[in-house]
Amino acid sequence: MSSENGKLLPETDAGGLNFEATELTLGLPGESRVTSDGVAKLGSKRGFSETVDLSLGDNKNTNKFGQSQIDVPEAAKSPVSKAQVVGWPPVRGYAKRRTKSCKYVKVAVDGAPYLRKVDLEMYNTYQQLLTSLEDMFSCFTIRNYLSDKKLDQVNGIEYVPTYEDKDGDWMLVGDVPWQMFVESCKRLRLMKSSEAVGLAPRTPPKCSSAS
Amino acid sequence: MAFSLPDEVLEHVFSFIQSDKDRNAVSMVCKPWYEIERWCRRKIFIGNCYAVSPRIVIRRFPEVRSIELKGKPHFADFNLVPDGWGGYVLPWIAEMAGAYPWLEEIRLKRMVVTDECLELIAKSFKNFKVLVLFSCEGFSTDGLAAIAASCTNLRELDLRESDVDDLGGHWLSHFPETYTSLVSLNISCLGSDEVSLSALERLVGRCTNLRTLRLNRAVPLDKIANILGRAPQLVDFGTGTYGADLQLEVFSNLAGAFSSCKELRSLSGFWDVVPAYLPAIYPAFSRLTSLNLSYATIQSPDLIKLLRHCPSLQRLLVLDYIEDSGLEALASSCKDLEELRVFPSDPFGVEPNVSLTEQGLVSVCLACPKLQSVLYFCRRMSNMALVTIAQNRPNLTRFRLCIIEPRTADYLTLEPLDVGFGAIVEHCKDLRRLSLSGLLTDRVFEYIGRYAKKLEMLSVAFAGESDLGLHHVLSGCESLRKLEIRDCPFGDKALLANAAKLETMRSLWMSSCSVSFGACKLLGQKMPRLNVEVIDESGPPDSRPDSCPVDKLYIYRSVAGPRFDMPPFVCTMDEDSALPVS
Repeated sequence: MSSENGKLLPETDAGGLNFEATELTLGLPGESRVTSDGVAKLGSKRGFSETVDLSLGDNKNTNKFGQSQIDVPEAAKSPVSKAQVVGWPPVRGYAKRRTKSCKYVKVAVDGAPYLRKVDLEMYNTYQQLLTSLEDMFSCFTIRNYLSDKKLDQVNGIEYVPTYEDKDGDWMLVGDVPWQMFVESCKRLRLMKSSEAVGLAPRTPPKCSSAS
Repeated sequence: MAFSLPDEVLEHVFSFIQSDKDRNAVSMVCKPWYEIERWCRRKIFIGNCYAVSPRIVIRRFPEVRSIELKGKPHFADFNLVPDGWGGYVLPWIAEMAGAYPWLEEIRLKRMVVTDECLELIAKSFKNFKVLVLFSCEGFSTDGLAAIAASCTNLRELDLRESDVDDLGGHWLSHFPETYTSLVSLNISCLGSDEVSLSALERLVGRCTNLRTLRLNRAVPLDKIANILGRAPQLVDFGTGTYGADLQLEVFSNLAGAFSSCKELRSLSGFWDVVPAYLPAIYPAFSRLTSLNLSYATIQSPDLIKLLRHCPSLQRLLVLDYIEDSGLEALASSCKDLEELRVFPSDPFGVEPNVSLTEQGLVSVCLACPKLQSVLYFCRRMSNMALVTIAQNRPNLTRFRLCIIEPRTADYLTLEPLDVGFGAIVEHCKDLRRLSLSGLLTDRVFEYIGRYAKKLEMLSVAFAGESDLGLHHVLSGCESLRKLEIRDCPFGDKALLANAAKLETMRSLWMSSCSVSFGACKLLGQKMPRLNVEVIDESGPPDSRPDSCPVDKLYIYRSVAGPRFDMPPFVCTMDEDSALPVS
């Protein structure tokens, strides 16, 4: 909704993001938020195989306060959602803080033709992240060291989640506290188990939710 | 000769009079009372730091121990006030450093505080006890270190919602090992790594009078039990991150720690919540009177379970994940509820992401007899719901409704919401604060002007049809102190016709309305005790024709004259600006 005097675009100030209505971007891959244990559900997620034939036309709607992702069906109906009005709705800095730390990292899967991106700030635990990656790359199986049980195998190939940290080293996901991981993770790679030679099996956690 | 009580007796009597209003009344009785009162006033509240100068305050009240100052206009919270606008506290601190060596308390809201200010405070006030920086900015952890190191009598350090620069340096460790007088610490606004946990634990352990402790997000869940263990006397606790992979040992430690805190009445924090850990707090919930879940992404079913354990709750802040069903549960569980705030989880989303409507608010208003204060974000409303609320809750004193899409009509009748808000002001005779939203014509302002006699603060956005709307408010609302308006078709006529009213108010904000430069100049010229400030980032205003509308306008009464610390994009309209530009 534009304001009275016809201004459509938010002011660009030092910290603000420019309105990206005119930006050419790739097709909307769908939500990456998790439904499982209480984290807000927003729209549909699309598995890896579903994204292959997607046509172009993203409209990631960003603003000073962070991301506001939009469902694919909605996006198809209205390519540019309503213009962001400065200071409306009147939400305080808390909104800024809730969405400010928005940490998108690339996710590569061995054998996949292109990468995905996930926002690590959307999750609070490793379990949530891995579940979400499972959904995103539904045709693959991710070895879940944390619960120490294999997931249902679809095509018999297992993947080990690894990440590149700030020092450039490739690490096994799950060793350090979650928040520390979020801060140091630069990108994720789901490595084929057969290639993960030399990575010792992780010592089981002190106490798993199963016991 | 007139009989009068000795000064000392009067002074003793006055010492029982604490409220500012009463003190002001006392000082106006006669000259001797004015003199006695000014020498024994210890606490000053200045709602607009530009309404008066430090020098004037110090001259009148030489023995002040406690000062509270507010700077930027309220709409600065929503990014409507550009950076650099003002609100600097340094001139105040600098003058008070010399004049009030025994100053004990400084409370600031929406002001720019620098490290230099903090260092000056640390150096100048030997008995300094309370520092509250509410929604302030401009300082870093270095400034905090100075406070920690020097203020040996510090009781309260509250940085709520301030923007602090993290320069590292472990500022918390600057509290000496001998320092034990902390009663209240709120560092919830600090970012990731600004606090050393071991220093925090030691500090908490040795400050046995600690009653309030609000941690920041960086403090992990598994540290909470340890911290609480050192402070079982806490009354008000804010967690850090409240999420981690579920581990039984951590859970049971937490549960033990919370049940030992028998005095706990208020909880907040709850970043990154993992709901499985919430039951650890259930024992403490039964005594809770205040709960702030506005950072917590907890879904309605978990919230309902939680709320059943909180029968004594008086104050709840929550995200709209609570949904109508959760609010119904709240209505049946929490009969003592006085204040409810529901914030949007996805304020910029186009479609609703949760099932929260006006029904949730109605159910709480119907069932909670003590409800006085409401802040509610939703996506639809009806006149019927508002009328129901008004008729059943005439004791409301604060009602702030934000229907997220501007100019949204009554979803049942497609009419404006004039009648609904009209009912609110008509029935809620003690209403002091009101925020409007939705589709509104001039009629709602007619109702407000007619009924809202106790209204002190009104916020208006995307409403009204003509100057008549503004005129109704300015001419009718006798108690009005603060008026803030954005994106309304209000122009010169109402403003100029009610110029005198503006001197009875603290301030008026108008942005994206239809007030012209000419009118601002005229107002500034005619009303020397008003500062008429035009904010326009696109260039100097004197090059504009008089008919051009101003972008943003901030008018406030002042005995200090125009201020000198304005940035280039702010201009005071006064006699000088009325001169023609050659």
